[in-house]
Amino acid sequence: MLQVKNLTKIYDGGFKALDNISFEVPKGQFLAVIGLSGSGKSTLLRCINRLIDPTAGEIFWDGDNVTAATPEELRRIRRKIGMVFQHFNLVHRSKVLTNVLAGRLGYVNPAWSLINRFPKEDTEKALKQLERVGIADKAYHRADELSGGQQQRVGIARALMQDPNMILADEPVASLDPVLAHSIMKHLEEINKNDGVTVLCSLHFLDLVHKYADRVVALNQGKIVFEGLPNEIDDQKFKDIYGRDAERVG
Amino acid sequence: MKDNKKSSLLRSLSIGLAVLAVFVIYAYGFEVTKVNLEELRSEQRQTSLVRVTRALSQPDFFEYEQESQIVNAMVYVTCPADGSIPQVETPETTEPYITVSPVCAKAGEIVIVEGYNFAPNAKGPVRFVPGSDPTNLVELGNDVGQTNAEGYFKVEVKLPNRPSDEAQFIRATIRKNVGAPKFTQTAKDTWNKIIETVFLALLATTLGTILAIPLSFMAARNLMKPVRSPLASISLSTLGWPLGFAMGVYLVKWVSNFATPYTTNIVINLLSVVLIPIILSYVVRWALPQDNLSSTTLQVRLIRLAVLLIGVLIGFFGLYQLSGLIMNLGSGMAKTLGSLAFLGRFFIQLGDILKVSIPVIAALAAGGVLSNLLGKIGQRASEKLNISTVRILNLVSAALAGAVIFGLLGWLVEWLYQLGRPELTFWTPVIVGAVAGLLLALFTKPKDTLPIGLVIYTITRTILNTLRSVEALVMAIVFVIAVGIGPFAGVMALGLHTIVSLAKLYSEQVESIMAGPLEAITATGANRLQTIIYAVVPQIIPPYISYTMYRWDINVRMSTIIGFVGGGGIGFLLQQNINLLNYRAASAQMIAIAVVVSLMDYLSSVMREKVV
Ligand SMILES: Nc1ncnc2c1ncn2[C@@H]1O[C@H](COP(=O)(O)OP(=O)(O)OP(=O)(O)O)[C@@H](O)[C@H]1O
Ligand SMILES: [Mg+2]
Repeated sequence: MLQVKNLTKIYDGGFKALDNISFEVPKGQFLAVIGLSGSGKSTLLRCINRLIDPTAGEIFWDGDNVTAATPEELRRIRRKIGMVFQHFNLVHRSKVLTNVLAGRLGYVNPAWSLINRFPKEDTEKALKQLERVGIADKAYHRADELSGGQQQRVGIARALMQDPNMILADEPVASLDPVLAHSIMKHLEEINKNDGVTVLCSLHFLDLVHKYADRVVALNQGKIVFEGLPNEIDDQKFKDIYGRDAERVG
Repeated sequence: MKDNKKSSLLRSLSIGLAVLAVFVIYAYGFEVTKVNLEELRSEQRQTSLVRVTRALSQPDFFEYEQESQIVNAMVYVTCPADGSIPQVETPETTEPYITVSPVCAKAGEIVIVEGYNFAPNAKGPVRFVPGSDPTNLVELGNDVGQTNAEGYFKVEVKLPNRPSDEAQFIRATIRKNVGAPKFTQTAKDTWNKIIETVFLALLATTLGTILAIPLSFMAARNLMKPVRSPLASISLSTLGWPLGFAMGVYLVKWVSNFATPYTTNIVINLLSVVLIPIILSYVVRWALPQDNLSSTTLQVRLIRLAVLLIGVLIGFFGLYQLSGLIMNLGSGMAKTLGSLAFLGRFFIQLGDILKVSIPVIAALAAGGVLSNLLGKIGQRASEKLNISTVRILNLVSAALAGAVIFGLLGWLVEWLYQLGRPELTFWTPVIVGAVAGLLLALFTKPKDTLPIGLVIYTITRTILNTLRSVEALVMAIVFVIAVGIGPFAGVMALGLHTIVSLAKLYSEQVESIMAGPLEAITATGANRLQTIIYAVVPQIIPPYISYTMYRWDINVRMSTIIGFVGGGGIGFLLQQNINLLNYRAASAQMIAIAVVVSLMDYLSSVMREKVV
């Protein structure tokens, strides 16, 4: 279970991106995080694995206190939390296989990984994950030779290599066309349903939210303005989340 | 309206002032740089300019074997008193000969010398030979005969003031080129030195690149900014460096004492070079399991550590044997290979370099490992112990670290200035350092982390910027004093300059990488070193290669002039020839430089295009 208690993030310039946020996510849930651009979705997701250090508040994951973890403990927590990014964040000049294997870095012996040696099982596993997301034939291509949708699959394979029990997905489909968006979301859904991995996914499109999410948390200017089931978002709630002048599309 | 006028007046006024200022600045510039066209127009300057330019346009690359055709003809200085004009008949021959007319004349008068049947289009001196001996080597005058296509020439020769009753001679020595052109000595010297120059640049670039890479990471803000550590960890890892250095040097000395007697024995060399890597690979495989997951007891870890340490000692023994092997092979090759003996000498040097660097490697490695270990202990202690214990640990370790840092600085000062006053160069810094450490520990909260990364970043940047502002030529002067005149000084100077300038350029590349992959790799739970290898290195390889090529290009240019101060390379030759007014040789060297530099230019641009 993920518990976020009174989380606040104030950036160096004094900007308050998250304002006293509390919520819980039961194990195995698919949670969508929605909100306007700049409402703090990315900040929230990055606070959970401490890519950004929160200013105040606490985060518990599986009983571990993430916010109080020492660097060594943090590495152990991070390696069980996969992350998928809007811009895929692959290492372009490396091979697809290397990008996927990077998901094992938290597990393998650092000394060997520095000279690019991974245990045989890891390499086999990486190939299997690529097969699972349907791009096994691209394993030895350079990452930047792949299309956007393919790159995002590599990103998911990398996250899967971590044997994660939670995946943080920050707008994973925002730079993809609608058809690809659904195929990527289906992968996440499959991982969520079959492997019981908790998924926190920030999304821009409500139809995606309705289709894939178990529950929704909506942010506005760093505050939670809605928390509940996707189909509870009526016109009134919509205006609370996206502002008075927002028009519902799709 | 009024405002507008005022401002336009102001504007034209300020433009006027700016023009005036520029005028004054250039006037002063002419004054201090002593621009003087009068001097340029003076006749003496003109003639020497012409001479130099002509010499420069005839680079001393080729020469010919020359064959001389030497012929004498009789001449009487002052005609005989009886008025009889001596008769000299013209020979009927196809051999070269010269005629003089008139055959007799007073001293100071002009006679016409004509030559026939000489080599066509050749030239040589036509001079008066005093005395009545036709084999006399002394010749007077400086007239030159130049034959036409038929081998005929005609020169007017002024008779010198050497009156005699007997016949004297005029001698023509016409030289012609025979055979194929040959390289002159200058050409050969230039070739040798230009090779030296290119390799000087190559070595300097290699040395500089290797050392600039780690420095560039330390000078990259985006990598260093997140590095924070608790005070105890920082202090302990600071202490770890000198301790580790000492330990490493001590251990290697011990190994070396043990290993040196066997280094001359090629059988032991070969055996150890073959066997030790095999042993080591087993040791490493056992002591460093690939999977980090298997939780091990402390006991097993300690045993593994001990085995690794023994492995390292064996490894150093092996390195000494390797260096011995290389040197033995090298001396064998140097003796037997004849003209390829330089390969053998290269091996000897390589072995020697390896031998000299073993203690350095050991000191650095031990320093790094110990510092890392102590740092980790400090980190753990700050995390696990209670606040007051951490405070005490902070106080003690920071005071010690401060004392050591300042003590070492004091030692440096003592070594530089030889003050011979330990109270100033030892006790004062140690106490000041300890107090500084104590103060730092007092004013930080015990469990807080300090931005040590930014501190290292700032120090590295400062040192790089300071050293970068010193010209390589100036560095070369220093190194000429340190290691003597020659290309080695040049390699050191250019190498140092390469390190600092490349480290700066590289670090800017690191700072401009895409942050996304860095973030993604960090999120997988990778440690800092892994993050650098997997997210940073792939991104910086192309710019690193391109900057290295660019730097090699610069180093070739620099190495052509580094010889001016004794740093080896072609510059030495060039400067010598300019000083000796030997402009034809200097011209040859200048052309060689131009060719090599433009070739480098072309090559490096081609290679950069290929790689990037
Ligand atoms: N490093 C930073 N320093 C200062 N302010 C920042 C920083 N990163 C983000 N912010 C600010 O914090 C706010 C929240 O940013 P965040 O990236 O979390 O929004 P978001 O909801 O993910 O938006 P989007 O949908 O556009 O990705 C924004 O107003 C942004 O300007
Ligand atoms: Mg965002």
